[in-house]
Amino acid sequence: MNAQLPRWVDLGLIPLLNLIVAFLVAGGVVMLIGENPVEAVEHILYGAFGFGEGIAFTLFYATNFIFTGLCVAVAFHASLFNIGGEGQAYIGGLGVALVCLAFDTFLPWWIIAPLAICAGAAFGAGWAFVPAYLQAKRGSHIVITTIMFNFLAASLMVYLLVNVLKVDGTMAPESRTFEEAGRLPKIGWFMELFGQNIGGAPLNLSFFLAILACVGVWLLIWRTKLGYEIRTFGANPAAAVYAGINPVRITVITMMISGGLAGMMALNPVMGDQNRLFLELAGGAGFVGIAVALMGRAHPVGVALAALLFGVLYQGGAELSFEMPAITRDMIVVIQGLVVLFAGALEFMFRPVVARVFARTATAKGAA
Amino acid sequence: MRDAVVAGVLALTLVALAVGTEAHAEPAVIYSTGGKFDKSFNEGAWNGAKAWSEETDESFAEFQIDSAAQSEQALRNFARDGKDPIVAIGFNHAAALAKVAPEFPDAHFAIVDMVVSGGNIRSIVYREHEGGFLVGMLGAMASETGKLGFVGGMDIPLIRKFACGYIQGARAADPTVEVLVNYTGDTPAAWSDPVRGAEIARTQIEQGADVIMQAAGGTGIGVLQAAADAGVLGIGTDSNQNGLHPGRILTTMLKNVDVAVYETFKDGVAGFKAGVVSLGIAEGGIGWALDEHNRDLITPEMEQAARQAADLIADGEIKVHDSTVDGPCPVQ
Repeated sequence: MNAQLPRWVDLGLIPLLNLIVAFLVAGGVVMLIGENPVEAVEHILYGAFGFGEGIAFTLFYATNFIFTGLCVAVAFHASLFNIGGEGQAYIGGLGVALVCLAFDTFLPWWIIAPLAICAGAAFGAGWAFVPAYLQAKRGSHIVITTIMFNFLAASLMVYLLVNVLKVDGTMAPESRTFEEAGRLPKIGWFMELFGQNIGGAPLNLSFFLAILACVGVWLLIWRTKLGYEIRTFGANPAAAVYAGINPVRITVITMMISGGLAGMMALNPVMGDQNRLFLELAGGAGFVGIAVALMGRAHPVGVALAALLFGVLYQGGAELSFEMPAITRDMIVVIQGLVVLFAGALEFMFRPVVARVFARTATAKGAA
Repeated sequence: MRDAVVAGVLALTLVALAVGTEAHAEPAVIYSTGGKFDKSFNEGAWNGAKAWSEETDESFAEFQIDSAAQSEQALRNFARDGKDPIVAIGFNHAAALAKVAPEFPDAHFAIVDMVVSGGNIRSIVYREHEGGFLVGMLGAMASETGKLGFVGGMDIPLIRKFACGYIQGARAADPTVEVLVNYTGDTPAAWSDPVRGAEIARTQIEQGADVIMQAAGGTGIGVLQAAADAGVLGIGTDSNQNGLHPGRILTTMLKNVDVAVYETFKDGVAGFKAGVVSLGIAEGGIGWALDEHNRDLITPEMEQAARQAADLIADGEIKVHDSTVDGPCPVQ
C-alpha cells in the first residue's frame, strides 16, 4: 500500500492532514472552555513568528528538539527505541558544564565550545552505552533499560548538584555561573540578516550545530557504509547477521551515536542560555524528541520541521497563556498532546483512505 | 468639524484611560514549576494574591513556568507589559531575575525563597528551620516509640533545611529520639506522587515511627493519609493541613507564602522597598498551627514548651542551625 502513494503525499499531505485534524480537535477543546479558538491560533502564531524575539525563542526551543529528535531517529533506523534521550541529555549537560567550569577562567570561548561539544556528546554516549551493551549482549530490552537510566541520571545529577557542585551558602541546587568564556555567543547578527531583533531570546550558536547535526545524520544514514549497516540491521536483523553484520557492534555504535546527539542538546540550555548546571535541564525535550522523530519519519529534514513545529507550540503556547489566562499551562499540554497523538501515534489513520483515493484516480486515468 | 470634535473627545478619553491604568499598574505573580494548585507552596502564593485582589477589587496577572528558559521570558514579558510589582515564587527564578531586573530599572520585582541583589528587587526568604524546630519538638513530645519520621520531596537544600530544623527540635525535647529521614525521588515528580509518599510513610511506621512529618508538596498528602490510616500522627507543611485528617495530624508547620505576596502587592509601587526580607517566627512568617482539629492532641505541656521555644527563637536565645547557610546539619 505504501508503494502506491507518491512521495509528496506520504511526506507532505498525510502529516499535514494529521496536523489539521489535531488543531481542529484542539480548537474544539478551546471552545469548550469558552474561548475563541481562532484568536488562540492567532496568539500562538504571533507569539512564535510575529516579532524577532518570538522567532528567536521558537528556534531556541526547536534547537533542543532537533537534537533529541535526531537522537531517537538514528536509533529508529536500527529498530532500537531509545526512550533515554532525557537522561542522556541530562548527563550530557554534566559534561558540558564540567568543561565550562574547568576552563572558563583561562581559555577563550571558541576553544571551550568544541571541548564542551565533545564532552557533552561523550557523556551522553557513555550513558547510552550501558543499556546498549545490555541489549546487545544480554537481551535486556532497551526500552526498559533506557527508561530506568533516565531515573538514574536524575538521581546522579541531584546528588552532584546538591552535594558537590552547589555554591556554598545558597539555596538553589545549581553550579556557579560560568565566566564570560564559558558562554556561547548569541546569534543576534543572524536574526539581523532577516531584519529581526533577537531581543532577550537565548538563541545561540547551538542552533547552527543542530543544523550541522541534521546534515551529519543524513550523511551517516544514507551515505556511509555504517549507515547502510544500521538500516539493514533495522530492517531485518537476521538477514543482517547473515550478511556478515555484527549485531553487537551495530547496536552499541548506533545507541552511542544516538546518546551523543542527545548529549549535545545540553549545550543549548547549559552553555547557550543559563550558563550554569541546573536541575531538569533537559526539561522533557528527551521525550518530545520521540514525537518529533515519529512525526519527522526519522528523516533529518522531517525531524527539523517537526522540531520547528514543537518550537512553535512551546513558544506560541507560552505567549498564548500570557494573552488568554483562561488557557492555562495544562491546556497547552493538551494541545501539544493532541498534536503528538494525531501526528505521531495515529499517523496511519488517514493513510488507507488517502491510498484508496489515489488508487481510484490512478485506475481512472489508466482506464481513460 | 463634527468629526474633529468627536476625534478630539475620543483622544482625550484614551489619554485619560491610559493615565488611569498607569496610576494603578497591575501586579503579577509567576509561580514555580510545581504549578498553581499544589496544595502548599505555590497555592499559598496564589491565595495571597487572591486575598489582595478580593480586598481591593483589582486584578492581577499570573503565569506558571514549565522550564528555566520560560522564567526569564515570563519576567521580561510582564515587565514589558508594565506589570508592577512582579513577584516570582521559588528559587528557580533567581538566575533569570538577576538578568532581567537590571533591564527594567523602573519596574519592581520580588522573589520568594532566594536572595537576588539589585536596587529594584525585594528578596523574601523564610527561616523554615525555625518552624521545623518547633514541630520537631512537638513530635518528639507526642511520640511514644521515641521514633520520628520525615518524608521530603526532592533531596534539595531547601528540604534538608526543613529536616535539619526538625531533627534539632526533636533532640531538644528528647536527646535520645531517633529520626528516620527519607526523600521521595530525584525528579520533579517527587512533589506530586502521593502513592510513593504513602509507601515511604508505611515503611517508616513499620520501623516504629509514630509521628511523621511531610515536606513533599503534593506527595505529602499520601504521607498524611498513610499516617492517619495506620493510626499514627502526621505533621503538615506550608499551608495549614490540620483539617485534612482531624485528630490524626499533630500540627502543621506554617510557612506563610501568602503573606509575602499579599504584602508585596499591597505595598504596590509606591510602598516598594528593595532588599532582603527574612521572615521567621519573630515576623510571623513561620509558625505552627493550633486549631479545633488538633486541639486534643496538643497537651498543655506541649503547648507551653512550643510557645516558650518560639519566644526563645524569636529573641535569638535559641539559635537553630540553618543547613543552607551554616554548613551541613550537625545532627543526623
